Amino acid sequence: MHITLRNITFCYEKDPVLIGISAEIDRGELVAMVGPNGSGKSTLIKCINGILTVREGNVLIDGTSLQSISSVERARKMAYVPQNEHKSVPVKVFDAVLLGRKPYIQWRPSRSDYDRTAEVLRRLDLEDVAMREVHKLSGGQQQRVFIARALNQEPDILLLDEPTANLDLKYQMEILKLLRDLSCDGITVVIALHDINMASLFASRVVMLKDGSVFASGGSEILTAENVEQLFGVKVSVVHESSTRFIIPDRI
Amino acid sequence: MSETILVAKYRRYIRNRLLFIVLVIAGIAVTGVIAIASGAAGIGFREVLSVFFAEPDHATLQIVMQIRMPRLLAALLAGFALSASGAVMQSILRNPLASPFTLGISGAAAFGAAFAIVVLGAGSTADLTTAFNDTTASNRAGLLSQLGGRYLVMVSAFLWSMTSTFFILAIARYRGVTPEVMVLAGIAIGSLFSAGVSAMQYLATEAELAAIVFWMFGDLGRASWQEVSILALVMIPVWLFFTMMSWNYKALQSGDEYAQSLGVNPFRIRLYGMLVASLATAVVVSFYGIIAFVGLVVPHIVRRFIGGEETFLIPAAALFGALFLLLSDTVARTLFSPVILPVGILTSFIGAPLFLFLLLRGLGKSYWN
Repeated sequence: MHITLRNITFCYEKDPVLIGISAEIDRGELVAMVGPNGSGKSTLIKCINGILTVREGNVLIDGTSLQSISSVERARKMAYVPQNEHKSVPVKVFDAVLLGRKPYIQWRPSRSDYDRTAEVLRRLDLEDVAMREVHKLSGGQQQRVFIARALNQEPDILLLDEPTANLDLKYQMEILKLLRDLSCDGITVVIALHDINMASLFASRVVMLKDGSVFASGGSEILTAENVEQLFGVKVSVVHESSTRFIIPDRI
Repeated sequence: MSETILVAKYRRYIRNRLLFIVLVIAGIAVTGVIAIASGAAGIGFREVLSVFFAEPDHATLQIVMQIRMPRLLAALLAGFALSASGAVMQSILRNPLASPFTLGISGAAAFGAAFAIVVLGAGSTADLTTAFNDTTASNRAGLLSQLGGRYLVMVSAFLWSMTSTFFILAIARYRGVTPEVMVLAGIAIGSLFSAGVSAMQYLATEAELAAIVFWMFGDLGRASWQEVSILALVMIPVWLFFTMMSWNYKALQSGDEYAQSLGVNPFRIRLYGMLVASLATAVVVSFYGIIAFVGLVVPHIVRRFIGGEETFLIPAAALFGALFLLLSDTVARTLFSPVILPVGILTSFIGAPLFLFLLLRGLGKSYWN
């Protein structure tokens, strides 16, 4: 599905967090939003999902304004993976992923809801841990559970807030590879991401956010030393390694 | 592992939770029979059977149908209502300490009762003195039922507890319908009302004071068919509502933002959930007084057996609460027979050791982070 962001402005209380953001995101793209802390990455993800209501501007999904789509219909189109999820009560992996069927469940889950959940668990290689409790799994597995739960909504758009935070290198690679595969299947994936090297490695497009506005947008070629320096205020060098750019901070 | 095997595995897991519910229902049946057949009147199992299957004598019929049956049903319905409300409040407020009792809803009802007794003069002093002078054990528990203003006390208790609920909800609407605001507002309003009760007690005459204190001991001895039918009429829609909402409560467990992304409006769900849970509690408390512990701890006991999934937790906690209150009341009636203890005293005496035992045994460890 195609996402259009038209001049989006959002404020918490009176502080503007997003100012006039416009962008077009095509079906099957893997877009990484990068930028320093407080640049508005997470807020933008929440605005696209409709968790936060934009002050001005408009979010269009395939040309239809987000406001005119019912919340259940929205949940069937778009899935959101929060940054850190605090579960107060332990839940089994199967139950957690089954919750993704919520937009389709009236009174109780149907047979097909169970079958789809099992299918998603198999696809994300979570079958063996399906009956274990989520909080007892490794960080990478937990993140896969949350992505599985999102996929169980059968979304066309997947929004993730820092999906690789707190993960070690192996799991970071694993999760981003999974997301890239999903985008290849035609799901539009938008990620708020800390790590610019991971963005360079996996994203089909990088959006650099600074102080609530789009600073630069494009392929990984926009990750130049000047841009990164202006964005983060850190001197860096860019190294090219088999057609991928890597950003290395200069020694202080 | 193929999908069907995985689904079968999950269904087996669900069946285990259903088994718990079936066991609780069986427990209710057995305890119900014992409860009906025990009491001070010397009417045993055989006489009770005669009520249903043979020609009973008049006194037996009266005692079973007018005293024991309504009391049995009152215990079941009150336990059901309090525990279901407690489970729902804990879920939507994401707080293990949430319950009708801790959120001040029972406290407000106590204030309402005290207000009716002291300020509105429910039960004139003459009535109270007569009742109070007649302090045989069985009459003591039934003191309030002899009061002229019994209904006034009930209505006042109900109205005040609903007032406190609306107050909490209004504050929440103003400051944000978050668990923190609602829990803290509930605690603050609860202590306000408990100060109110103290003030009433201070102002009360000796007889009024006694009436307040007796009212506050939750007691199912006040049960009559009338209250039981009202309670049943309230609990049926409440129950349907909770069942319909259980998937929404489940979504709220993962945080408000995530719930929103699933198409759930956390604020509306929380407001209505609190309102309905408080309504159910208010009805029970205004009929039978304060029955502490059930709404707070029964959901925790049940979580230790079947986990925290709302779709199972709410029905299981409701039924277990019914069983628990019936059991407590039966013990309260028989322990020092013919003296009948108010069940409100017994619930904590029975429930606390049970809960501590489960806690120490580590059953379902780390079930609330």
